[in-house]
Amino acid sequence: MLKFIIKRLAVAVPTLLVLITISFFLMQAAPGSPFTGERNLPPEILKNIEAKYNLDKPVWQQYFLYLGNLAKGDLGPSFKYRDYTVNDLLEQSFPVSLKIGSVAFLFTVVIGIFIGTIAALKQNTILDYIIMALAMTGVVLPSFVIAPLLVLIFSITLHWLPAGGWNGGSWEYMVLPVTAMAIMYMASIARIQRSSMIEVLNSNYIRTARAKGLPWKVIITRHALRPSMLPVVSYLGPAFVGIITGSVVVETVFGLPGIGQHFVNGALNRDYSLVLGLTIIIGALTILFTAIVDILYAVIDPKIRYQ
Amino acid sequence: MTTLTPDADKKAAVSNFADNLDHSLDVEGRSLWADARARFLRNKAAVTSLIILACVGVLVIIGPMLSPHEFDAIDWGYMAAAPDMASSHWFGTDSLGRDLFVRTLMGGRISFMVGIMGALVAVLIGTLYGATAGYVGGRIDSTMMRILEILQSFPFMFLVILLVTMFGRSIMLIFLAIGAVSWLDMARIVRGQTISLKSREFIEAARVCGTQPRSIILRHIVPNVLGIVVVYASLLVPSMILFESFLSFLGLGVQEPMTSWGALVNEGAQSMEVAIWQLAFPVAFLVITLFCFNYVGDGLRDALDPKDR
Repeated sequence: MLKFIIKRLAVAVPTLLVLITISFFLMQAAPGSPFTGERNLPPEILKNIEAKYNLDKPVWQQYFLYLGNLAKGDLGPSFKYRDYTVNDLLEQSFPVSLKIGSVAFLFTVVIGIFIGTIAALKQNTILDYIIMALAMTGVVLPSFVIAPLLVLIFSITLHWLPAGGWNGGSWEYMVLPVTAMAIMYMASIARIQRSSMIEVLNSNYIRTARAKGLPWKVIITRHALRPSMLPVVSYLGPAFVGIITGSVVVETVFGLPGIGQHFVNGALNRDYSLVLGLTIIIGALTILFTAIVDILYAVIDPKIRYQ
Repeated sequence: MTTLTPDADKKAAVSNFADNLDHSLDVEGRSLWADARARFLRNKAAVTSLIILACVGVLVIIGPMLSPHEFDAIDWGYMAAAPDMASSHWFGTDSLGRDLFVRTLMGGRISFMVGIMGALVAVLIGTLYGATAGYVGGRIDSTMMRILEILQSFPFMFLVILLVTMFGRSIMLIFLAIGAVSWLDMARIVRGQTISLKSREFIEAARVCGTQPRSIILRHIVPNVLGIVVVYASLLVPSMILFESFLSFLGLGVQEPMTSWGALVNEGAQSMEVAIWQLAFPVAFLVITLFCFNYVGDGLRDALDPKDR
């Protein structure tokens, strides 16, 4: 098991390095410097600024400088928010995104598995059809469609919940963003869970368990649930990426001060260092999370370990 | 009443038998694809979705020509006007007074183009990459798969936003980005199929005959994985449409005055309190299209995927 974990993490490190390298050299290949704008700076000043950000050095030297700083956890200064470093911006915004993202992820997985299981147990009944029709609708409602619709219904029409803002993260400000982020992936997980649960319930060992007279509750919780969750576990990686990606839209729509908003503003303002830093952070998180999911998969399913 | 001679009776019986024989042969002679088509046509949800998609497709292509308005022309007399038959602004106008009917359909053109392009790229690169990796095997296969694994663990949307930050916003970049993402899953699936095909007798026979690996892959492997490729391509189309809409919603995709469903949803969301139609029409088109593509994909999977038979 330990060998598997080490092997899996050993793959994650070069992946991250490739991501950093690609992102960095893309930035170098970009036409113009981040300081070319409508107002042209005098050449001497431009030179000074470039020297300050190490942009006058050869590319490979910049690359290793950046890597060195990165190893120390320093993502460099922001090009547009002059008085801030990327680290400062992250420090302010990351907790917001983390809070909202983890709540959304938790809800996605728990509720998705729960309603998927219910649908499987009530297969081909009205309840099953309703759940699956809702799930099918959920699958085609991306965050950027559901977010405005939620605001329209619950804030503008019904006045139940605030239409945006953060307010230190109190719950009524989190309900709509979390729902908008979670629905699409919740629906996908419910669909996956339903079909795998049906498959498991038709397998021989469940029949054996029933034949020996175990009550339904025990069969489901002890014997069926764990193997039926395998396909869901392998979907957790894509769901995680999807929720992180969706957070960009949701934070924009609801005006939350998270990293997603910095990302979009950075992209619109051509703030290279900010977008580069955020890409690397999110990339690292994603790669780490996929590795964890793979390890989790191996924990649940011993077959994987011995392959 | 005419009496039949025994001879004629016999003849009739024989021809009758021959007819039946012919008929039963017909049934046995169905090909894989005819079989799949029959199975697909029996799936009502999928067929309905296909018909709706065809209608949306036709509307998107010819719709803008039916309206007297241009997609980027401003109608100064009708700013943010509600849907109205008399002024021929059938879906109303946006906040700048541009006709929403034409803009929605123009956005649809972009979405369909992106979806179909993405699927095509995925089919071409993914199938060839996967089939090659699977057929060649060994060290080349594991290297190719390692590359795939690395690419797959990237948060691609962010890499695309990074690209957009640096090279400015353009539709070409979106095509490039979609090309880069779309083929990964396809390659993996095709590789798996190829490995199971590789040990089949007809491939061995081809190899014994001295056929070059290249033509074995192109002539024997690829046609046999086509079924699963079609299924996944049809499921890819909606996800590509989503990808583009997502970028356009953030203002990082298609640029003014051209538009797309994502951009229209964004504009509509900003004025939904006063002009709900600006949100409703693009959302309806987007959701219906995605819905139908998903149903068609599901139907194709049921019809073509040997696993579920």
